[in-house]
Amino acid sequence: MSAIAFPEPRAEILARRESILAGLARLVVPEALITSEDERRPYETDALTAYRRMPLAVVLPSTTQEVAAVLRYCGEQGVPVVPRGAGTSLAGGAIPQEDAVVIGVSKMNRILEIDYANRVAKVQAGVTNLAVTGAVSADGFFYAPDPSSQLACSIGGNIGMNSGGAHCLKYGVTTNNVLGVTLVMLDGSIVEIGGAHLDAPGLDLLGLIVGSEGQLGIVTEATVRILRSAEGARPVLFGFPTSEQAGAAVAAIIGAGIIPVAMEFMDKPAIEICEAFAKAGYPMDVEALLIIEVEGSDAEMDAQLARIVAIAREHGVKTVKESKSAMETAAIWKGRKSAFGATGRIADYICMDGTIPTGQLPFVLRRMDEIIKGYGLRVANVFHAGDGNLHPLILYNCNDPVEAQKAEDAGNDILKLCVEVGGCLTGEHGVGIEKRDLMTVQFNEADLHQQQRVRAVFDPRWLLNPAKVFPLEGRIAA
Amino acid sequence: MLHTPTTEAQACAVVASIVEARIPLAVRGGGTRSGLGRPDNAVSTLSSAGLSGITLYEPAEMVIGARAGTPLKLIEQTLAERGQMLPFEPMDHRALLGSEGEPTIGAIAAGNISGPRRINAGAARDSLIGIKLINGRGELVKSGGRVMKNVTGLDLVKLVAGSFGTLGFLTEVTFRVLPRPERVVTLIWEGLSDEAAVALLSAALGSPFEPMAAAHLPAGIGGEDARTLLRLENFSASISYRAAELARLLKAHGRPELIEGRGSDKLWREVRDAAFFAGGDEAVWRLSLAPTNGPKATAAIARAIPQARWFYDWGGGLVWLAVPAHGDAGAAAIRTATKPLGGHATLVRAPDAVRAVVPVFEPLAESLMRVSADIKKSFDPAGIFEPGRMYAGI
Repeated sequence: MSAIAFPEPRAEILARRESILAGLARLVVPEALITSEDERRPYETDALTAYRRMPLAVVLPSTTQEVAAVLRYCGEQGVPVVPRGAGTSLAGGAIPQEDAVVIGVSKMNRILEIDYANRVAKVQAGVTNLAVTGAVSADGFFYAPDPSSQLACSIGGNIGMNSGGAHCLKYGVTTNNVLGVTLVMLDGSIVEIGGAHLDAPGLDLLGLIVGSEGQLGIVTEATVRILRSAEGARPVLFGFPTSEQAGAAVAAIIGAGIIPVAMEFMDKPAIEICEAFAKAGYPMDVEALLIIEVEGSDAEMDAQLARIVAIAREHGVKTVKESKSAMETAAIWKGRKSAFGATGRIADYICMDGTIPTGQLPFVLRRMDEIIKGYGLRVANVFHAGDGNLHPLILYNCNDPVEAQKAEDAGNDILKLCVEVGGCLTGEHGVGIEKRDLMTVQFNEADLHQQQRVRAVFDPRWLLNPAKVFPLEGRIAA
Repeated sequence: MLHTPTTEAQACAVVASIVEARIPLAVRGGGTRSGLGRPDNAVSTLSSAGLSGITLYEPAEMVIGARAGTPLKLIEQTLAERGQMLPFEPMDHRALLGSEGEPTIGAIAAGNISGPRRINAGAARDSLIGIKLINGRGELVKSGGRVMKNVTGLDLVKLVAGSFGTLGFLTEVTFRVLPRPERVVTLIWEGLSDEAAVALLSAALGSPFEPMAAAHLPAGIGGEDARTLLRLENFSASISYRAAELARLLKAHGRPELIEGRGSDKLWREVRDAAFFAGGDEAVWRLSLAPTNGPKATAAIARAIPQARWFYDWGGGLVWLAVPAHGDAGAAAIRTATKPLGGHATLVRAPDAVRAVVPVFEPLAESLMRVSADIKKSFDPAGIFEPGRMYAGI
């Protein structure tokens, strides 16, 4: 695929490569600077593997001070910088460009402080999402946002993209679970925003930083909210004869005042792919599957499930299957969370991430099917039904350039559809390069200019992750 | 001069004309919170009174949108009819500030106004999912939308929430909503010291039983004896179970009394609105700290200001503090006590003359101040919106 353009690398920077490398070498220990082509290669893309660019160099600092020194140097030298967490972005948020230095936070992977009385943990940005929960789970606590890539993805990357997950219906996304950050700005200054208290004074810079896709600075540490786990959690599988019935059941559950901790939808192709991979016991004779998870004591879960089952029956549910053991629960979630990986075993795919008002679900599913069929492609649908965050996986063959282009076009049509019905281009993956050129579908010039003016406060020269988020044409700097 | 546009286009035109004349502009909803922040020196007022009405309500999608001037009362009634509510229990400032009028939904967004539920369910800013705002160029700018999962572009929604009108004039806001709980009860323990109370609240908030609000009223605040409060909200069956489990978990602190209905609602309204400090002439501060630092801050403040009175919300992390209003209204002593503890203090009520000289919001580090001032300029280059409401220059 080559539809998404990258800015032309600046020849004058490429010409200065040796001097820039020498400058970087003065700032960090030798192990932190990666210059050889072989060693740079793992950094040339992220999880949007159809696109790749070899960066000028990669720096892996171990301290906030090192990040500051490198960022200041790059700022002074006018060299673009691409911040990187674990490189799991599906939107190409961490894909570099030839004239850029990648600053990766993967070596900054320590949990600095756990404070149960105040229910916060302070961690370095390179700590993986799951490691935060891992550090507190023995004491009955967890970190709520749980993107499917949580085993690998970093807190720094989660903050950059404002990551979500399957359980945010109840617990919110990253921005609702971060209380403070240490931010290094382009001039090398280190600022502390927020902390273990709520609602930092002044303008909500924390809320601005979360989800800013590495364009305002580099987060090196974060104070996150940790929560006490419920006494128990139980996912239940509900198989429906049609997607419409499943969608109507979701609306009715919420209408009845019940907010399950998660409500995940899979269509038939997704059920087949995930079941083949995870052997989770998903029903195979249904068109749509809901995984609904409830929490609480056994009696509480029984009571809540009884209500949910009654509603599902009113909407024609065909199969109801409760998890009977921790192993079954794990298998049910493994199937859902490995949906992307399992799909990757049978075909190449691109994963969309639009959000729609849930009331539009039946219409959007129908239109999406028409769009995909119109391009002669196949799609598997998994999504967060409670909040309308869709993840259609468009299957294609990446060795066939015509089909690859079709897949990308179909994806763009679907995202435009999401915006048309009142939704948005991206619910939790971020804009990156992938949706950059669609931003004008959702936003008009005044909207985009205001965002860019705020961006310019931090980086008027477009050095920080410059190829991302905003269309390359029509950019403003102040 | 008072401007009351009835359409967004009219409001844009008003702003454009004011920018040209560089007239400082106050932004008003119902006017019940105009005493918050530094006293204004505005010459003109732009009111949202003409922009009223619910524009979107989808109970099954848990979302409500309304023009900025819509009375909060109408929003709450509309939600209640469908068994829903705003998740963050916004404070009503009228009793504390002695103000009159009808609070508007726009001001809830502009002030990031939350209440006791904030400790568990997040602040107004966490439920605010979309805004439309007229910036200082007279442009209508939108951010966010009507869906709760949305990471498209820079999150200007958060930036505008709590900016007190300094970045522009909100014309429409959209909030996520939640179902109202089937049953609400309050557990009350009596006679605890501040430290013991916060330890109790921490243990409860760190339990699986999900208290939705957690407050402590020391002796003399609304009653003779100290009271420590936990509020549970849930389905009826869960309430009985969870109240019993919490009482067992916290039995070292004594046996709690359980109340519900009007008495419970009234008590939490008083906590929410800091009603214990209504009507007096003391200065009132709001301190935000890590919960376990709450009692440490008040102990230090009491040493410097013996007349100080206080109570705690948010598990100890929000301290409402009343002190004599003379001099700097205790600013130096209060900030000296809170800053080393990693918290911050906001002066909520004090005579104009005091708020004109005492920094109302916690002074920011120089780099953050510079960034904030530049962000203000990026929205409002001529500096017409509520100039100086938050900080000199913002």
